[in-house]
This record gives sequence, structure tokens and C-alpha cells, in this order.
Amino acid sequence: MTGKKVRFGEKLLVVLLFVFLYAPILVLIVFSFNATKSRAVWTGFTFKWYGELFSDATLMSSLYTTLGVAVLSSLIATVAGTLAAMAFYNMKKRWRTPLLTISNIPVVNADIITGVSLSLLFVSVGKFLGHEYGFLGFGTLLLAHISFNIPYVVLSVMPKFRQLDNNLVDAAEDLGCTPAQAFTKVVLPQIMPGVVSGMLIAFTMSVDDFVISYFTAGTTTQTLSMYIYAMTRMRVSPKINAISTLLFTVVLALLIIINFRNNKNDGAAKPVTAKEIKQ
Amino acid sequence: MTRGMKRLSIPYIVWMAIFVVAPIFIVLIYAVTSSSGAFTAANFSNMLSYSGVFARSMWLAFIATVICLVIGYPAAYILSRLGPGAQKICMMLVILPMWINSLLRTYAWMSILENTGLLNRFFRAIGLLDLLGIEFVPMINTPGAVVLGMVYDFLPFMILPIYSVLVKMDYTLVEAAEDLGATPAKVFTKVTLPLSVSGVVSGVTMVFVPAISTFVISRLLGGGSDMLLGDLIEMQFLGTAYNPHLGSAISIVMMVIVVICMSLMNRFGDGEEGAIPL
Repeated sequence: MTGKKVRFGEKLLVVLLFVFLYAPILVLIVFSFNATKSRAVWTGFTFKWYGELFSDATLMSSLYTTLGVAVLSSLIATVAGTLAAMAFYNMKKRWRTPLLTISNIPVVNADIITGVSLSLLFVSVGKFLGHEYGFLGFGTLLLAHISFNIPYVVLSVMPKFRQLDNNLVDAAEDLGCTPAQAFTKVVLPQIMPGVVSGMLIAFTMSVDDFVISYFTAGTTTQTLSMYIYAMTRMRVSPKINAISTLLFTVVLALLIIINFRNNKNDGAAKPVTAKEIKQ
Repeated sequence: MTRGMKRLSIPYIVWMAIFVVAPIFIVLIYAVTSSSGAFTAANFSNMLSYSGVFARSMWLAFIATVICLVIGYPAAYILSRLGPGAQKICMMLVILPMWINSLLRTYAWMSILENTGLLNRFFRAIGLLDLLGIEFVPMINTPGAVVLGMVYDFLPFMILPIYSVLVKMDYTLVEAAEDLGATPAKVFTKVTLPLSVSGVVSGVTMVFVPAISTFVISRLLGGGSDMLLGDLIEMQFLGTAYNPHLGSAISIVMMVIVVICMSLMNRFGDGEEGAIPL
């Protein structure tokens, strides 16, 4: 509803909002360069925390775990979610509505309940198979991430199917395409923006997740979020600030790239964020 | 593309049965059994001793939601009326913090609110502490800090849905109301607000659900002394008070709260997949 003038006082409120949102992040970034461990007194400039970060073996292995889970789970969820969205789209509404509701449970439910329920599932299955301990690990972590990522892909691909002109598929098949060819040549190019943004959402959800990983990764596997949580429990370490700064830079760069891509595509794929889709 | 489609849905239906429906059933079974496997309602009656935690969680989540609404609605309203260029940049700035790990965003407040933290240093520098004759203003490990953390972490969830409803609103309706002599207050209560209710409802749900279930914020900013529902559940599964049966019972109650929120959202939402309109 553009069209009405925004008064000066209102602009000031927006500025205040952004001060509130960004001041803490700025503080984190500034103190990542602080020479001593103090979180409140500036004592000089240093890069040493960044150096320590990269020589921290636990941290690097948790980073690899996070990236590994994020890449694998988002790829698998993208394929599965796209196929599921296609199947749902071709269903009668009577079936689609309840199935979509079930599919959306992990999106709407509190993270802690999703985490706890999956952890109970894995532990129960583990006990059934005779593993009393040590069943939770990378495999269960990956399964958990796939299962909470699929609904986000479904939600992002479904609208593209709705925009799809079914006559085009019929035309392709009439002209001699096999169903597989009709899919790859006609359907896929048109739903691609939804598939790509679904994959991006799944990837960021996976990287960002702490609670579900915390309950499903067990004691031997650790993601970056879990490592950060352990660090905050041990109190002061400027390494956390250094991680924050690096992540912030990466995220900012990603967001700018996505925005540029969208400008080129003329908004084909809206700049969706992980959680925006929850609306 | 019809015959094969039915078969295509089977893998995902099986997947959902295993990874969405079965886990919830297991939680339900745990909630109504004891550690020996016998049926019991004790887990639910034991919860009564934690009614303080329930009340505190609901109360803090409620306050955080109200504050988010009070800040978020005007913010979304102003943002929706900016020029297209400024709007795009501002919305990116609202979204950006959501991409940053919420643990880190919460951690950022620790160094600000500490007794020797930035805010207290600032108060000392301007002479406020000497004026009051105290060593520091206690801020961290208070319920106020927990609410602040919730508001900070979840505010974008309130702004975004309200913004996306307001930005799609037909502005000529407002102009029509003005032309017909409505005062600005009337225009707001009779036109703008009713048209944005669906955004408010999703915003409220998206703030309230994570706020009532968090254990990270209360752990980092509340010092872990004032337990919330999330802390209580976490403790039953991974903490010292290991009792997954009680934890499951609490989870069930929390899920009921979430379902109530969802049905509220469905009532106001639109479209066939009303729960999560894209």
C-alpha cells in the first residue's frame, strides 16, 4: 500500500528499530577484534581469535558436520519434496488437504517437540535393534534434518505447480514426449524457481537448527550450533564473536547474491528466508 | 500424468508415517506409561508441581508476544508505506537477523546485559550508578532479560506476516474511507486493522510458539534459575532430572497449546492450506 507519505517521526521509529536489531550484532562483531577476552572493555585490535578458530579441531569438525548435514539433507529433501509436491498437486483435494496438514506438522510444531519426538523414535528403534547406547549419531541427525526440511520444499514448490498450465504437459505428451521427458522438458523448467528457493530454505534451516540437532545427534556428533551452545555455557570466549562475524559476513553475502539473482529474474523466485515461509 | 502420480505419493506418505506421525505417537505412549511400561496418569498429575513453570512460561511468552505486536505492527505499517527502493532494503534488513543463528543473537545480549557489561559501563560513565549509589543495575538473569531476548529473537516473525498483508492491501480503500469523512483513527480501526488481522494472527502464533518452548534464551539470559517449559522438557530428556515419561507428558500439553494456536490461525487464515499461506 505505497502511496502515502511517511512522516519524519515515523522514519525515526524505523531507524530506532534497526538500531535495536543491529546494535547487539555490531557489538559482537567489534569485540571479535578485541585484544583481550573482555566483552565490555576495548583493549586493542587483534586477529588472533580468528587464528585460534581455524586451529580449533573440534570447531572445524563441527563445521564439517553442519555443512555435510546441510548439503545432504537439503539435496535429498529437495528431490523428495518436489516429487511429493507433484504427487499432492495431482491428488483430489479430499486427500491433499489432510496430507498437507500432516506434512506441515514439523513446520508449525515447536522445535523442541519435533526434536524430542524424533529422539524418542530413534532411541526406541535403537533399543529394538539392540543398541542400548550409541545409536544416535550422524545418521539420525541426517534423518531428522531431512524430515524437517521436506515440508519447506513442499511449501515452496506447491505454488509453482498451481501456476503450471496442464495443457502444456498434455501438448508435450501428444507430440510424443514420454512422461519422463514431459517432466524434464516442460514441468521442471517452470517449477525450477520454487525448487531452488526450497533448496535454499532447506539449507539455511539445516545450518541454523540447534534444538532438533541437540536432541537427535547424540553425544558423539556435534554440529556448529551445538558447539556454539557448549561454548556459551562455558562463558567468555571471543572465538564465539569471531564465528558470529564470519557467519554474518557469509549470510550477508548470500542475501545480496540472492537479491541480485532475483532482480535479474524479475522476482521469479522471491527472496524467501527460512522462516518467512512459516507465515 | 495421473496414474503414476498416485504411486508417487506413497514414499512420502510412508516417510511421514515414520518420521512425523509415529514419533508423536511414541511421545503419547511415553506420556501415559511409567518407566516399567505400565499405564499411568501419574505423569500428568506430577505436572501439577510444575504449574509455576507453566504459568511463568505462558506469562513471559505472552508479554513477549504483546511487546512484539506493539513494536511490530507500527513498524510493519510504516515499512509498507515506504518507497519501493527503501522498502526492499528495509525488508532485507528485517530478514537478515533471522538468518543469523539465534544462539549467537541471544549470546550478543549477554555481553550487553552483564553486571560488568556494556550497559552497566555506560550507566557508570554517565554517573547513573553513583547517583543511585549502586554497583550495577541487575539486568542479566532476570525475567526482564528473558523477555528482551524473546522480543529480540522473534520480532521479525511478527513484522514479516503483518507487513506482507499490509503491503498487498488496496490503498484506495483507505482513500475512500478518508474521502467519506472517516477520521484517521476510524480509518485504522474500520479499514486497515480488519484487513490485516490475518497477518497479526500468524505473527502472534509465530512469536508465541517459539517463545513458550525456548530453553536457549532462558538458559543464556535467565541464568537457568527461572525455568521455562522448554528447560523443563530439556531437563527430562538430556538433563539431570532424566525422566522422558514426564517430559513426554509436558510435550503433549505443549502440543495442545500449539494446536490451539494453529486452529486460531486457521480460523482467520485464508486459502485451502490456510495454516501456512505462502
